[in-house]
Amino acid sequence: MNQFNPTRWKLFSISILLVGALWIWASAAAPDAVTAGQIPAPRKGFLAPDFALTDQNGSEYRLSDLRGQAVLVNMWASWCTPCRAEMPAMQTVYQEYHERGFEILAVNTTFQDDPNSALSFANELGLTFPLLWDIDGSTSSLYQIRAMPTSFFVKRDGTIDEVVIGGPMAEALLRVRIERLLEDGR
Amino acid sequence: MLPVLNVGPLALQTPGLILLLGLWLGLTAAEKQAARTGFDTNRLYNLVFAALIAGVAGGRLFYAARYSDAFISSPGSLLSLNPGLFDAAGGLAAAVIAGLIYMNRARLPGWRTLDVLTPLFAVLGIAIALANLASGAGFGAPTNLPWAIELWSANRHPSQIYDALAALVIFIVIIHPRTAGWLQRPGVRFLSFAALSAAARLFLEAFRGDSVLVSNGIRSAQLAAWLVLAVAIWALYRQMAEPAEEGAPSAMVKAGNDAAQEAAEEAVQEAAEEAAQDSVEEALQEAAPAAPETSDSRLEEGDTIPVDDG
Repeated sequence: MNQFNPTRWKLFSISILLVGALWIWASAAAPDAVTAGQIPAPRKGFLAPDFALTDQNGSEYRLSDLRGQAVLVNMWASWCTPCRAEMPAMQTVYQEYHERGFEILAVNTTFQDDPNSALSFANELGLTFPLLWDIDGSTSSLYQIRAMPTSFFVKRDGTIDEVVIGGPMAEALLRVRIERLLEDGR
Repeated sequence: MLPVLNVGPLALQTPGLILLLGLWLGLTAAEKQAARTGFDTNRLYNLVFAALIAGVAGGRLFYAARYSDAFISSPGSLLSLNPGLFDAAGGLAAAVIAGLIYMNRARLPGWRTLDVLTPLFAVLGIAIALANLASGAGFGAPTNLPWAIELWSANRHPSQIYDALAALVIFIVIIHPRTAGWLQRPGVRFLSFAALSAAARLFLEAFRGDSVLVSNGIRSAQLAAWLVLAVAIWALYRQMAEPAEEGAPSAMVKAGNDAAQEAAEEAVQEAAEEAAQDSVEEALQEAAPAAPETSDSRLEEGDTIPVDDG
């Protein structure tokens, strides 16, 4: 084993730390490097991809029209047990926070679901938030849905704050996230 | 990117599976390291599981305390399986505290315990990078380089692969037998891992596209990594200059590089801590008969580790 040489070690340490400090300075991000908030992608920090779908009453909802509000985009199907399990909590928080600027867009993956079953389930639970029909699967594809439920918490400025894959989401989780969204950008 | 693995009707979250696999492989690697150095593997497992349980429970409790209003409205959420209802910093603090309490009660030597745990940390480093690759987290900055990957609407540096390769190299360095001579002093294996990991973060963070910036575009992760690197280098200097800090006599450190030395050193430490023996020479006499047996078992253990053979 080589003998430990304190002087050589000190020189080595100082050199390494100096090179490290220079690298931090040299690799600083350019002022326009942080563009994620303007690029549409289904990922935290990116702009939520825009879509327009009709609800159970025939009204059209466009995500970008809701800019300024906190939005939960929830992808679901009536045959998906965790999706059904989290709906009561979603209804509870919707009733509590809707007046404060919170909206839920519950996008039913209609291309792989039965709309009658979905409506029957919604009526059974007395859901009052918009249920949107993704008939051709384009919105599910846009959001790269691979599992259900998948939820996107969207900030007032239209960027995604968090993506939750799987469920059911606990009511406390919904409350914490919604409070954060409503506080943000005030 | 493969965030979800669909197995029949089940949608398994790939990042979580990778982390669990990493924990298992890391514990196996740490167990090998423990066996090689004569460290009690039962205590190692007890320590890890005490930290894990405290980390999970503490993470949830810290979170509930922080957002108490939400949990008062729905107390059932305390038992929810949502991973989003955890406070990472609180969980880590609880795990560290539980680990320290167990180490104190079991009289585990601090530096030696960290050395034994280092392979676990190193494997977890690889697993975290691969979990990020699966989920698309920790993504790279846009680039036109030929090895760019398309992710989140742009061609980007495969930063997760850079991280995984760096973590793999660090793992090989810290467990490779040829480096054992440098790494056998108390704490040096762990501190080397910390310094190398900090250096890798310092360098590779420059290629990330999701860095948190402080003023003038400076990346906060690089500042934190530089500080960790500085502390690790300073601590390494101390450990290298004073190899006998935990009670092992310097003569023993220089005596050889085989398991007999390791076993003797451990025995000296335990004897010194538990019985406060009057002289180190007596401890060495106690340790010496155990050395051949430990050395034999080390050879058998070593044969089963592929990286050792390389």
